[in-house]
Amino acid sequence: MKPIDQARNALAFLEDDTHEHAFDQLIWGLRERRDAAAREVPEWEQLRTLASEIKEHTLSNLARYLELFEARAKRNGVQVHWARDAHEHNQIVYDILSSHNVEWLVKSKSMLTEECDTRAFLGQRGIEVAETDLGERIQQLDDEPPSHIVGPAFQKTPQDVADLFHRVYGSDPNRPDPVYLAQVMREQTRPLILDAQAGMTGANFAVAETGAVVTVTNEGNADLSANVPKLLICSVGIEKVIPGVEQLAVFIRLLTRSATGERITQYTSHFAAPRMGGEMHIVLVDNGRSQRLADERFWPSLKCIRCGACMNTCPVYRRSGGLSYGSTYMGPIGIITMPSVDIHRHSELPYASTINGSCSNVCPVQINIHEQIYEWREVMGAKGEFSATKKAAMKVADKLLSNPRAYRVAAEAGGSALGVLPRFAIYNRLNAWGRRREIPSPAEETFHQWYARNRTGAAQPPETPAETTEAKAVDDERA
Amino acid sequence: MRVALMVPCYVDMFYPEAGVATLELLEKLGVEVDYPFDQTCCGQPMANSGAVKQARATEELFVRNFAAYEHVVAPSGSCVHHIRNKFTAAADTAERRHVSAHVWDLPEFLCDVLKVEAFPWAEFPHEVTLHVSCSAIRGLFEQSMSERPNDPWFSKPRSLLEKVKGVEIVDFDRPDECCGFGGTFAVTEEAVSAAMGNDKLERMGASGARYVVSADLSCLMHLQGCAHRNREEFQFLHLAEVLNGKVQ
Repeated sequence: MKPIDQARNALAFLEDDTHEHAFDQLIWGLRERRDAAAREVPEWEQLRTLASEIKEHTLSNLARYLELFEARAKRNGVQVHWARDAHEHNQIVYDILSSHNVEWLVKSKSMLTEECDTRAFLGQRGIEVAETDLGERIQQLDDEPPSHIVGPAFQKTPQDVADLFHRVYGSDPNRPDPVYLAQVMREQTRPLILDAQAGMTGANFAVAETGAVVTVTNEGNADLSANVPKLLICSVGIEKVIPGVEQLAVFIRLLTRSATGERITQYTSHFAAPRMGGEMHIVLVDNGRSQRLADERFWPSLKCIRCGACMNTCPVYRRSGGLSYGSTYMGPIGIITMPSVDIHRHSELPYASTINGSCSNVCPVQINIHEQIYEWREVMGAKGEFSATKKAAMKVADKLLSNPRAYRVAAEAGGSALGVLPRFAIYNRLNAWGRRREIPSPAEETFHQWYARNRTGAAQPPETPAETTEAKAVDDERA
Repeated sequence: MRVALMVPCYVDMFYPEAGVATLELLEKLGVEVDYPFDQTCCGQPMANSGAVKQARATEELFVRNFAAYEHVVAPSGSCVHHIRNKFTAAADTAERRHVSAHVWDLPEFLCDVLKVEAFPWAEFPHEVTLHVSCSAIRGLFEQSMSERPNDPWFSKPRSLLEKVKGVEIVDFDRPDECCGFGGTFAVTEEAVSAAMGNDKLERMGASGARYVVSADLSCLMHLQGCAHRNREEFQFLHLAEVLNGKVQ
C-alpha cells in the first residue's frame, strides 16, 4: 500500500476556502479558550508535571495496575476480557452481543473502537450500531471517519450538517442553525437509544482502585448508552488505567481545560458495576500498546489523555483538516502514534509538521510530541522510507555542503547560486517553492565575496567548473 | 573578545547585507570577529529531513571550522537551535560538544553575553512588527511562549529592538503562531506552508505596520516570497540591520 499523501489531501482541503477558514477559526478558538482556562489556574504547569509523572509511574507499573483494576472490577460484578489486538477485541464484543441475540446497539464516542473498526466488523455480522455522540453520528451518517478526536465533525459547517440531515432525515435544509439541528438529531436518536438491546462506551480513564470506567462528556450520550440498555460493554485501551480517584482529580482538572477551555464537562461518569438485573463487560485492549511501551523513544505517546489540544494548536492540522492524515489518530499525536502501527503507510506523516514545538507545550501530560516527530523522521531515514527524489537530493546536499570548494562554486556561479538552498526547494521536479511564492533573488555578491573583497584584501578566485558536477546532478534529476 | 561569525548558507547567498550588519554591529560593540572561510551550512536541511547519515560530513565540517573559538555567533535562531540541540549526526567529540555549548543566536549574544544597554548609533522612525521564530521561542527560549500563559513575560529580541530610537513595535494577532516555513516543509507541504505565510502576513498587515523585523531570515524569506507574489508592500529586515543603524 502506498504511503498516505497528507500534503495532497491537505491541498484538496485548502482549495475549499470557506471550510479551511471556518475550520481554522473554530479550532484556534479552542486553543484560545484553553489558554484562558490555563491562565485561571496558577499551578497549571505544576499540574502538567504531576499528570505526566502519574502517567509515567502508571505506565512503568502497568501490569500491576491492570491486574488491580481487573480484580476490583470483578469484585464489583463486572466481567473482564483481555484483547491482544483489534480483531480479538471485535470478536469478544461480537460474542457477547450474539450470545444475547443483540441486533441493535447504541454506542458513545470511542477512539478505540475507531482504531479497531468495530462498527464495520459488527455490521458485517448483522449487528447495527448507532453512534449517539452528535459529531460522531454526523460522521457516521456521512460515511466519514472522525476528523478530530474531541469533535469528530468539526470540519463541517452548520450548512453542511443542514444539507446532510435534509438528505438523511428530510429536515429543513435552509435552517443551518445549531439549535434546530441538535433538536433534529435528538428526535432521531432518542428512539434508537430507547430501543437498543445493548450499549457500548469507551473510556477516558480506568481507575484501578475502584475498578470503574470513567467517561467525560457533555451530551450525556455515554450515560444514556450505558444506562438505558441492560447490557453494557466498555472498551478500554490498557494505557487508560490510573491508580486511584485522587489521581483522577488531577486529570479531570487538565482534560477539559486543555480540550475546550471548559472548567468541567456536564458529565463525569463512573461506571463501576452492572445495573440491577443487567450485565457489564470491560474489554481491555492492547493492540500494539505494549509493543510501543517497550520502545525507548516513542513510549511517552502512551501518556496521551485524548484532549486534542495538540491538534487545536497545530497550524498544519488547522489548515489541512483532520481527514487529510488518512489515519485513526490525526494531527501531532497521530503523527507520532500511527507509524508504530504501520510504518510504510504512515511514512510521510512526520513531514506534515513544521516542528514548531507548540504541541508539546500545550500537552497536559507533557508528551515531547515535536521531538518525537523529529525522531520519527530519523527512523524513516534509517529505514529507507524516503522517496527516490528525496534520497537523491539528500545525497547531493551531503556532497555539496560538506565540500567548501564545491559549495563556493555552486553558491557564486551567478544564477546557479540558486543551487543550494532552493535546490532543496525544487528537488521534487516541480518548482514547489514558486507555486505560491516568489523565489528570492540571489544577491549580486555573496557575504563571502563581500568579506573577501573588504576584509581580507584578496578575493578568492572561483574554483574550476568541474566542481559543479554535484550541482548538475540535481538539475539532471529535475529535467 | 574574539568570536567566530557563522553566516548561514541562505544569508550568504540571498541576504548578505544581514551578514554584513551582524559583523559591523559586533565590531561596533568592541568584539573582534573572525569569519572562518571554509564554512558552508550547519547540516540542518538534511538532519531535519531525517537524513542523519547525509548530515554527518557537513556537521563535522562545521565542528572543524568553529571548534577553536570561545564563542560562535550566528544571525539565525533556527541554525543555532540545530547546532546547540540537534547536532547528533556528527561524532560525539569534545569539539562537537564545545561548539554546541558555545553557539549563540545574535539576540542571545547581545543580551546574555555582551549585555548591551544601548545602540546610540541606531535610529529607525517606523512602525514595525517583530517576528520571533519558533526555534527562537520554543527551541532557544528567547521569549516566553503563549502556550504557557502563567510564565512571566520576556523577550530578548524585543528588548533589543526597543532600545532603537524611533522604533514603534506594533502587536498583531497570534504573534507566535508558526509562519509556515519549516525548512523542507516549505516545499514538501507547499500549499499549507503558503497558507500559513499568507495568514501571518494578513495579521501583520492588519496592524498597519509595513516593516517586518526578525532575527530569523529563513522565516522572512518565506514571508517575503508570499508577500511579493501577492504584490503586498512589506519591507523585511533582519534585526541586526536595524540595530546596526544603517537602514533608515
